[in-house]
Amino acid sequence: MSICLQAASLRHGQVQALSAVDLRIETGERVAIIGPSGAGKSSLLHLMATAVQPSAGQLELLGAQPWALPAGARQRLRARVALVHQAPPLPPRQRVVTAVLAGRLGQWGTLRGLLNLLHPGDVPGARQALAELGLADKLFAQCGQLSGGQLQRVGIARALYQRPELLLADEPVSAMDPVLAVHSLALLNRHAQQRGLTLVASLHAVELALAHFPRVIGLREGQVMFDCPAHAVGDDLLQALYANEHLAAPVVSAPALTVQIPRC
Amino acid sequence: MLIAADRDPAALPRVLLTVVCLALLWPGLHLSELNPGVLLQAENRQQMGSFVSGFWPPAHDRDFLALLWQATLQTLAVATAGMSLALLLAVPTSLLASRALSLRAASRGGRPGWASRVLRMPVRGVLVFLRSVPEIVWALLFVRAVGLGPTAGVLAIAITYSGMLGKVYAEIFESVDQRPAHALLQAGSGRLLAFCYGVLPNAAAEVVSYTVYRWECAVRASVVMGFVGAGGLGQQIDLSMRMFAGAEVASMLLAFLLLVMLADLFSRLLRGRLA
Repeated sequence: MSICLQAASLRHGQVQALSAVDLRIETGERVAIIGPSGAGKSSLLHLMATAVQPSAGQLELLGAQPWALPAGARQRLRARVALVHQAPPLPPRQRVVTAVLAGRLGQWGTLRGLLNLLHPGDVPGARQALAELGLADKLFAQCGQLSGGQLQRVGIARALYQRPELLLADEPVSAMDPVLAVHSLALLNRHAQQRGLTLVASLHAVELALAHFPRVIGLREGQVMFDCPAHAVGDDLLQALYANEHLAAPVVSAPALTVQIPRC
Repeated sequence: MLIAADRDPAALPRVLLTVVCLALLWPGLHLSELNPGVLLQAENRQQMGSFVSGFWPPAHDRDFLALLWQATLQTLAVATAGMSLALLLAVPTSLLASRALSLRAASRGGRPGWASRVLRMPVRGVLVFLRSVPEIVWALLFVRAVGLGPTAGVLAIAITYSGMLGKVYAEIFESVDQRPAHALLQAGSGRLLAFCYGVLPNAAAEVVSYTVYRWECAVRASVVMGFVGAGGLGQQIDLSMRMFAGAEVASMLLAFLLLVMLADLFSRLLRGRLA
């Protein structure tokens, strides 16, 4: 089993981001998380990535409880989990090759990491990870020169280069054009299938989620609304998931009809 | 009157802050006994006039220029050696003092745990102590300990400046975007590597520019410390002033201006390369 959440809650100050989420994801499963804006998709992924500690409940990751581990063991566990950020936090002056190779810092020793900063050690590896995403020509460019979509692909390349056992992706294709988005999602799924890793991705495009992932979780107001195979997600479920009572329905006033009757 | 919902919530604190600043500055002006009128009294004007009138033309005979060159080199050497020693102490302490390397902060939205906050306090205390004693006092102390000469100046600069550099480095590390480093820590990287890959690229330009500026300050400080016998340009200025040799003082001030301009040029060059 890859991920197990038991009554996990997360609170950011006054805001209850997640309330009592129960979830089990087996090794090798590929899961999409969908839901309206502010439903807690990012919070759930950050919780799974051990980027935040649950304010209540249990998280079990790859057979260990990360928040019960000492700091050193938790870092080793984290090295087996990769998170693709929606807007990858990369220093603008860092070169793409360094940013990609940084994926394996958790597996390298300090000395190798420092040497790699002076002289990139595994250029072919970084080139291959980028080439699959069509970015091989940007290998030695600076991150600050890339567009949002290109940065997202660098983020994906870094996560793939990390060779994790659990791959989490927070809106990984939100800044890409439709063709690239399909290509990148297919690539993530192909890697997951070939290496047998668990893939969990949040997406705002429902059709992408239904097309690429066997299992879909609908999240609304911090709670799981549905959790079922993609083919079982129908229009009624989606209507209920995305219904928004805060948006005032636009008032359409019927144009005043003036009929002129020609007189003769 | 504005409706409560439309009022800027930041307006009242801003007004209060301005009032508090003014209330604090006004007594300060009185306490420092600032009175520019003293400068305009006839006797003082005459004194200054006769001293400044000796400044032109600056001294430029061969022997004096050789002496000036020697003194300038010594000043530069004192400043550079002092800065290098200060860096040896400042870099590790700044890493210890800053939140940038906190592992817990990465998973708590940038807030470090209480244990690391407590551990950081003694380091911050050391930095405060190092910089709270002015370099001139250290210099006086070391002149007694190691005798007249540049060694006292080097040690004084090393101690005071390690405190300043450590504090400001720590603040620079904390002020840049922490998300890259946090993302790396969350992917299992060690603290030092997360710092080098996540914080340093963003902080490098600022750190270099501040270091060069501090080096410039160290040049100035080494001149001041020359007055208490720590060698270099300062000692020469002190001698010339006692002999009322305004022309020599003028040449040395010009040499000094040149040094600061060079430091400025150097800093801009480095910043251009890094930013």
